[in-house]
Amino acid sequence: MASYQVHEHDVLVIGAGGAGLRAAIEASAMGCSVGLVCKSLLGKAHTVMAEGGMAAAMANVDDRDSWRVHFADTMRGGQYLNNPVMAELHAKEAPARVRELEAWGAVFDRTADGRILQRNFGGHRYPRLAHVGDRTGLEMIRTLQDHGVHQGIDVFMEMTVTRLLKDGGRIAGAFGYDRELGRFRVWKARAVVLATGGIGRAYRITSNSWEYTGDGQALAYEAGAELMDMEFVQFHPTGMVWPPSVRGILVTEGVRGEGGRLLNRDGKRFMFDDIPDLYKNQVAKDPEEGWRYVTGDKGANRPPELLTRDHVARCINREVKAGRGSPHGGVFLDIAWIKDRVPGGAEHIKKKLPGMYHQFKQLANVDITSEPMEVGPTTHYCMGGVRVDGRTQMSGLVPGLFAAGEVGAGLHGANRLGGNSLSDLIVFGKIAGEHAARFAKSNGAAAVNDAEVAEEERRVLAPFERADSGEGPYKIQQDLQATMQDLVGIVRTENEMAKAMDVLTQLRRRAGAVGVAGNREYNPGWHTCVDLRNLLICSEAVARSALARPESRGAQFRDDYPSKSAECGTYNVVVRKGPDGSMQVSKAPVVPMSEEHRAIIEENK
Amino acid sequence: MPATTFRIWRGDRNAGAFKDYTTDVTDGMVVLDVIHQIQAEQAPDLACRWNCKAGKCGSCSAEVNGMPKLMCMTRMDTLDMSAPVTVEPMKAFPLIRDLATDVSWNYAVKKRIRPFRPRTPDAPDGSWRMKQADVDRVQEFRKCIECFLCQDVCHVLRDHHKHGEFVGPRFLVYTAALEMHPLDTEDRLADLKDEQGIGYCNITKCCTKVCPEHITITDNAIIPLKERVVDEYYDPLTRLFRIFKPRP
Repeated sequence: MASYQVHEHDVLVIGAGGAGLRAAIEASAMGCSVGLVCKSLLGKAHTVMAEGGMAAAMANVDDRDSWRVHFADTMRGGQYLNNPVMAELHAKEAPARVRELEAWGAVFDRTADGRILQRNFGGHRYPRLAHVGDRTGLEMIRTLQDHGVHQGIDVFMEMTVTRLLKDGGRIAGAFGYDRELGRFRVWKARAVVLATGGIGRAYRITSNSWEYTGDGQALAYEAGAELMDMEFVQFHPTGMVWPPSVRGILVTEGVRGEGGRLLNRDGKRFMFDDIPDLYKNQVAKDPEEGWRYVTGDKGANRPPELLTRDHVARCINREVKAGRGSPHGGVFLDIAWIKDRVPGGAEHIKKKLPGMYHQFKQLANVDITSEPMEVGPTTHYCMGGVRVDGRTQMSGLVPGLFAAGEVGAGLHGANRLGGNSLSDLIVFGKIAGEHAARFAKSNGAAAVNDAEVAEEERRVLAPFERADSGEGPYKIQQDLQATMQDLVGIVRTENEMAKAMDVLTQLRRRAGAVGVAGNREYNPGWHTCVDLRNLLICSEAVARSALARPESRGAQFRDDYPSKSAECGTYNVVVRKGPDGSMQVSKAPVVPMSEEHRAIIEENK
Repeated sequence: MPATTFRIWRGDRNAGAFKDYTTDVTDGMVVLDVIHQIQAEQAPDLACRWNCKAGKCGSCSAEVNGMPKLMCMTRMDTLDMSAPVTVEPMKAFPLIRDLATDVSWNYAVKKRIRPFRPRTPDAPDGSWRMKQADVDRVQEFRKCIECFLCQDVCHVLRDHHKHGEFVGPRFLVYTAALEMHPLDTEDRLADLKDEQGIGYCNITKCCTKVCPEHITITDNAIIPLKERVVDEYYDPLTRLFRIFKPRP
């Protein structure tokens, strides 16, 4: 029974965070009719949680900065598994995208001479992050939202897409439901941009919001696209660890950018003990030099707290495992110490980190201007995602399907630098929107297959038929999160991941028999049932990809292969759905660097 | 901590009633944790809106013991747990289900406000120069997470239902952020007076009290806007001046 509402657009954008909004604005500016589907209310997407800033080599604070240095930093941070074409585009275009936000009403923090202020962040050689205190993501999403609503974009709030529709090989639209009444919708479109974000809800301890259930990755995978680099899940070194109910909530890297130091139980600044080879020429020799760096001394090197996230997270993990952690299983992050070093003391900290001040005061009864925070690693970001062409953001296997932002892969390689995510959103959101519009203009309308729609309706409604017999979704989701956290987490081994594969098989079986009571109107139990499939696909992709990389590199640390392997540095791991429905793993050679790229890397060693 | 009783509103557009749930409250829990626990263990279809669970997205607005609050930032140990804790949806908006309300009116209102219109860039690269001191006030307003708790508590909307004539504190703050933006060249004073109904606000400051971002809504945004409107339309000297001003 066909019981759905139909919408028709040239370009459909799924996801309304920074990337989705920017893509929608671009496609609309190019004269396309655009539909924008948000899983939540407009302006609530995960982008609001980004804190520290967006990286762009504007050289407002340090004139030695340039796109070349940003490119080199990004490639080094990604351990050279990045797509260099994307890294170059990103470094070159980010400054223009940031200025564009200002033209649309964003109000960044200012330098003394009135330009956009930039701050230090891990892995960035120079102060590069345009920011607004510690709420930069909110500024970005609100600016794009307020600009976008005047562009004639059709916004569909609180709707979830469950399947991409195809016409032969190419994209034809999407199927989904609205949360309010549970009615089905079909969006016909000539091109579709995925901008659905990450997969963090596959883990128990995460900084990610409820939406981050790997929807876009799973939709693309089911539609025949490839996922790449899924083994690289970033654990942000500093999430809250106490009280238990807030475990995982992000503590911005900006704290360390402002001078925050990491201490173990004995008060030792342990980060100085372990400096990786790639960075040994770029790290302060003592705390004093580190402090000079964060306060703008151009002759000083960064403190080791501002090394890349993968490294800092592993060092914290090591301290905790060695019994040198804080009372609740983290380490201490101390910003209060700078009080004696800066004019205004406590007020300076509150001004620079207002969100953090309130977060700790309200949720943990900790005053960060006088006592240290307790922090530990939290699942934060997925470097992997839909494999796309570096110039157009289009999938190579599903014409008309684009991906931008966290759901795409390639820019960040094995590890993302802080601040490169917000800039990723606006740079590649724009590019994806532009190329989706071009695709829509040069390709006619595609046909939606009624049988495909009917099949999806049945699949999505199945949990209601098992209302009495089926297991509820929440426990399955919790078990999945525990499995990924414990067996495919920050430190991995083949044995544990093999075990995880077994558990995932059982979880798939349980999810296949999940049941939910109630009706279709605003029913979170039902929505969780639908999300489960996506989480399971992404979890399997993470585990299989991690097994296919027998080395430690970037965000992946293998206890059984603790070093980097030259051979593993030549490929990206790719998964796709095989003809028999099983997940197939392959290795694709990394996109080669040009002569110029190599020269830039060399000059920035 | 002992088992605590929660009195949660269950219902849809047509009918509803409080229903009691008893569950254990542990160290550091916030109200949203309790709602999730009840969802997972007792009421899988309990509708509630949430996203970030970190006080940054403004999705989980509700009334806890009668006070408009973000559920994710309301710690249980700040509430009296000896009596049942009530959790109910915002009252200023139509109910969808349980704790989720239809806030679409807010989006429609915002779309009608004249958008940002910057002056010509100051530099050839298309950028502007602004002093930090000149943007501090605007940055305060731009902290708003659009939780709509200020709208919920505003008696003009909540009790008098003037949704057609008054935009509410949220959009006065939004307009203030635009009007006080150093680069903006648009004039919204006539709209403030006529379309947005700024005169309805009688400065009871309830909005300021409930703002989870601690924006001083009334003092910093609404009162200065009221003053601008008064200067423009009600100041006797200006009116006199206008009478004698040659018409264009």
